[in-house]
Amino acid sequence: MSLKYVPKDLDEEASEDLKLFRDKLLAKPGKGSAGKTGTWRLYKPVIKIDGCTKCGICWLYCPDDVISWRPREYPDIDYTYCKGCGICASVCPVNTIEMILEGE
Amino acid sequence: MMRRVLIGNIAVSEAVKLANVDVISAYPITPQTIIVEKLAEMVEKGELNAKYIRVDSEHSALAAVYGASASGSRVFTATSSHGLLYMYEMLWWTANSRLPVVMAVVTRSIGPPWNIHTDHQDALTIRDSGWIIGFAENVQEAFDMTIMAYKISEDKRVLLPSIVALDGFILSHTAEPVDLPTTSEIDGFLPPRDPSPFKVEPGTEFAVGNLGPDEVTMELRWLIWRAMYRSKYVIEDVDKGYNKILGRNYSHGLVERYRVEDAKYLIVSMGSWSGDAKDAVDMLRDEGYEVGLARIRYVRPFPSEIIRDISSDVKAVLVIDRAVSMGSGGILYSDILRSIDRRTPVKNVIAGIGGVDVNQDHFKMIIEEFIDEFEKDEYHNWNDTYWFMPWMR
Ligand code: SF4
Ligand code: SF4
Repeated sequence: MSLKYVPKDLDEEASEDLKLFRDKLLAKPGKGSAGKTGTWRLYKPVIKIDGCTKCGICWLYCPDDVISWRPREYPDIDYTYCKGCGICASVCPVNTIEMILEGE
Repeated sequence: MMRRVLIGNIAVSEAVKLANVDVISAYPITPQTIIVEKLAEMVEKGELNAKYIRVDSEHSALAAVYGASASGSRVFTATSSHGLLYMYEMLWWTANSRLPVVMAVVTRSIGPPWNIHTDHQDALTIRDSGWIIGFAENVQEAFDMTIMAYKISEDKRVLLPSIVALDGFILSHTAEPVDLPTTSEIDGFLPPRDPSPFKVEPGTEFAVGNLGPDEVTMELRWLIWRAMYRSKYVIEDVDKGYNKILGRNYSHGLVERYRVEDAKYLIVSMGSWSGDAKDAVDMLRDEGYEVGLARIRYVRPFPSEIIRDISSDVKAVLVIDRAVSMGSGGILYSDILRSIDRRTPVKNVIAGIGGVDVNQDHFKMIIEEFIDEFEKDEYHNWNDTYWFMPWMR
């Protein structure tokens, strides 16, 4: 076969391309990559810890991954990044998360 | 190696079984259905150790194998016509994510009117996406190309998804003798997939294809462009290697050259009807016409360099297309125009749309008319695309 452009080294070109491709296609998560999103919050989720059953559902649902929780422990919200969307409050099966207007 | 009589669809499912895929997901559509029915049966009987995911649509089928492929599995799906169009969005996701998915497309025209017979329009709608697209001429090739597709797609120099297109009914439902390699012959040729450069699995934290700067889109498309180019070499190599394990002493690679050595007139075709076109070439050779045929086996990447080589000494080229770009011309035609010397006159004929039968006598008629027009110096009229519809004459 006579292909007009013969890459000098097919494998070398390919491995350079692959590295670039991997870097460009894949995005690694980093803490606070969008800044301190806690300042966006209008309502603040507050866990009334007495009612909490430690089920971890709020941890599972938080879209911003700002709730930390381990089995058999209470969840803890990182307010530096919590945007106040209220999802945790709405999924809590025992309704023990309250949304409180910021500044009150 | 052993020889069995198989229809195209069963041959493809046997190839998928030999390739030892991990995950299959598909939605039935004529004329493809038999492929995935047979695979479901193989999985059910325990002949193939794969996960078979039933889904609600073709979009979901490709989405399911996309995910499975991203997590390192070797995957397969199959579709036709409207099913392929329903997958359209996921086709681009697959190519842009560089996942080595393999799919059989049993070609079928696109409605309306409802029609289950073949033309090449469906498979060629994904021409620009970044999938490698091979077209089989016969059942043996449908089988061979399916196994080779895994080797080509998973090659680190390529990492692009592959389509094996086979003509609906003409190949999918027609029985022919097929040589099948044994499991041990294939195991040496096609080792298990190495999922690098990435594998989505529990414990890994990254997103595939997240929002990014505009330049990233352009860079990723450029990388596909380069990989496509490299795939030309890889396809030729893989074809040689595969034919060797089957003890064959030939390898067509990207383009089959049929009686082109001393040809003055070159015919270009693709797919199953090339067999009839070759018969027409033989008949014309017997009558003293110096005619040869280039059969495109892989339309993406397009073998421009080889076409340029083959056509360098011919007087004129005839491209017979089974798919058309409305308002432009035959789809092979524009690729051929771009590939050959600008001074060579090229005629374009569209035929066989909607499965209209085109036999060797029709090909002979089309080729004779082409040579006749050239010899009478009437080829300056060729800037139009001709529709071969003898019943309307
Ligand atoms: S309010 Fe939203 S962001 Fe904040 S902890 Fe609840 S779910 Fe997470
Ligand atoms: S969902 Fe409610 S009960 Fe469960 S851990 Fe969170 S706050 Fe506690």
